[in-house]
Amino acid sequence: MSASAQIVVKDVSHDYRPPVGRVVRALEDVSLSIREREFIALLGPSGCGKSTLLYLIGGFLRIENGRICVDGRAVTAPGPDRGVVFQHFALFPWKTVKGNVLYGLERGKLPRAERETRAQAFIDLVGLTGFEDSYPSQLSGGMKQRTAIARTLAFDPQILLMDEPFGALDAQTRSLMQTELLDIWQKTRKTVIFVTHDVQEAVYLAERVAVMTARPGRIKTIVDTAFDKNDPQIYRARTFVDKVDEIWGLVREEAIKAQGTHAR
Amino acid sequence: MRRTGLRYLPLLLLAIAWELLARLELISSSALPPLSHVVVAWVDLMRSGELVSNGYASIYRAMTGLGLSVLVGSLLGIFMAWWRPLNAFLSPLVEIFYPMPKSALIPVTVIWLGFGDGSKILLIFLGCMLPVTIGAFNGARSSEQALVWSARSMGASRLRMLWDVVLPSALPELLNGIRTALALSFILLVSSELIVARSGFGYLIGFLGADGAYEPMFAVVLTVAFLGFAADRAFQAFMNWMLRWRT
Ligand SMILES: Nc1ncnc2c1ncn2[C@@H]1O[C@H](COP(=O)(O)OP(=O)(O)OP(=O)(O)O)[C@@H](O)[C@H]1O
Ligand SMILES: [Mg+2]
Repeated sequence: MSASAQIVVKDVSHDYRPPVGRVVRALEDVSLSIREREFIALLGPSGCGKSTLLYLIGGFLRIENGRICVDGRAVTAPGPDRGVVFQHFALFPWKTVKGNVLYGLERGKLPRAERETRAQAFIDLVGLTGFEDSYPSQLSGGMKQRTAIARTLAFDPQILLMDEPFGALDAQTRSLMQTELLDIWQKTRKTVIFVTHDVQEAVYLAERVAVMTARPGRIKTIVDTAFDKNDPQIYRARTFVDKVDEIWGLVREEAIKAQGTHAR
Repeated sequence: MRRTGLRYLPLLLLAIAWELLARLELISSSALPPLSHVVVAWVDLMRSGELVSNGYASIYRAMTGLGLSVLVGSLLGIFMAWWRPLNAFLSPLVEIFYPMPKSALIPVTVIWLGFGDGSKILLIFLGCMLPVTIGAFNGARSSEQALVWSARSMGASRLRMLWDVVLPSALPELLNGIRTALALSFILLVSSELIVARSGFGYLIGFLGADGAYEPMFAVVLTVAFLGFAADRAFQAFMNWMLRWRT
């Protein structure tokens, strides 16, 4: 398995040390191998360390325990090979929708006119045509989220780290965006790590679903979920429904544990 | 237009009150000459070119000192926020110098740089730098981690990120600091020119006052007051435009 692995996470633990208050262990001994061009979903109760794991792979947090390698090299800093869609969007408030989407392209090699066309194409793709000149403060939550998705997709990173990227969208928009993402994934063969709370979404989009335990997060199990993504009726298939139920059970157990530790 | 007219109605009432008080000799005309006489004196000062040449000297000093303080202060504040050792080294100095009345430095700057433009520029620079530094520092420190991360993951170098993320994040507080500095620059300018100078608004006020020419003296005082107000207004408009992304 590790022979063809593109992203290797080995025995990674992470502690947060806030300036005041006590040390929080967010991750403990997480190991995970992800193949090139794989689509993997990350599930787990709130606060179990999903974002933390993504930040570590992204190169934003210092890896103090364990190792993370991407394409055979140890991760030490962020880089445009790993595009991130942040849970809270992280749009530049002083840039317009267009300005935000252009930002990632500005350090690329494309000539100016092509950058413009490309930015516009992704703004159209996420359905924000007509809002190019709006500032983030003038957008709804879902529109901000779609801007963030367009920004990351536009500069075409080979690896996508997506932190609940459809969390703020209504059911219809979410379904459209899922289709677009799958389409891009299939055409451009990206590796995707996709954090979500929606079990059905995870089973539908991903080839494997990693379920994490309550904090401190570990990998509880990894479930294979390769279903036919081009079948619009897949949601109704018996095997699909059973898989969703199975994973729901696993996540529920951990969510209850997380509740328990809070109560204490 | 009507609205703004109405807004400054109290000013008009004050002007009328001034004229009446002086005309009815409720206040002696040397303490407060009638406003109409002051206006006539102002026109004379403009015609003779005295107000313009002295005004030019003053504005040159204020703009140079302020410009330098904005440049150095912004850089200092941002680098202090970015690099801890610099902050540890400089923040005690900033804390000591910030509350110090900068007008106390007037004689010092004169000893260093003489009676000309240099001493005024240095004084304004020193006096205005700290509010700018503190604004830039607080603003830069408030820049959101996720935005820094986001820029870095899109290929921005550390230095680039300073320009792309830290500076715009610092802008609201930085501009407020500059606005304070702008007001301070007028205060320091006029007080230093009053004490030691051979040109400028402050010099003119002191010179006319010592001569007993109260009408032109009031004309200069009013000119400085108006310029200060106009500069602040213009800067506010500039700030609103720069920060148009905030709703
Ligand atoms: N900056 C921080 N300082 C201190 N503790 C933190 C910090 N960020 C996260 N934590 C802690 O680390 C744990 C994991 O956080 P993380 O954001 O990775 O969770 P998550 O799985 O993404 O949760 P959610 O599903 O709610 O987004 C949390 O329990 C939180 O208390
Ligand atoms: Mg999270």
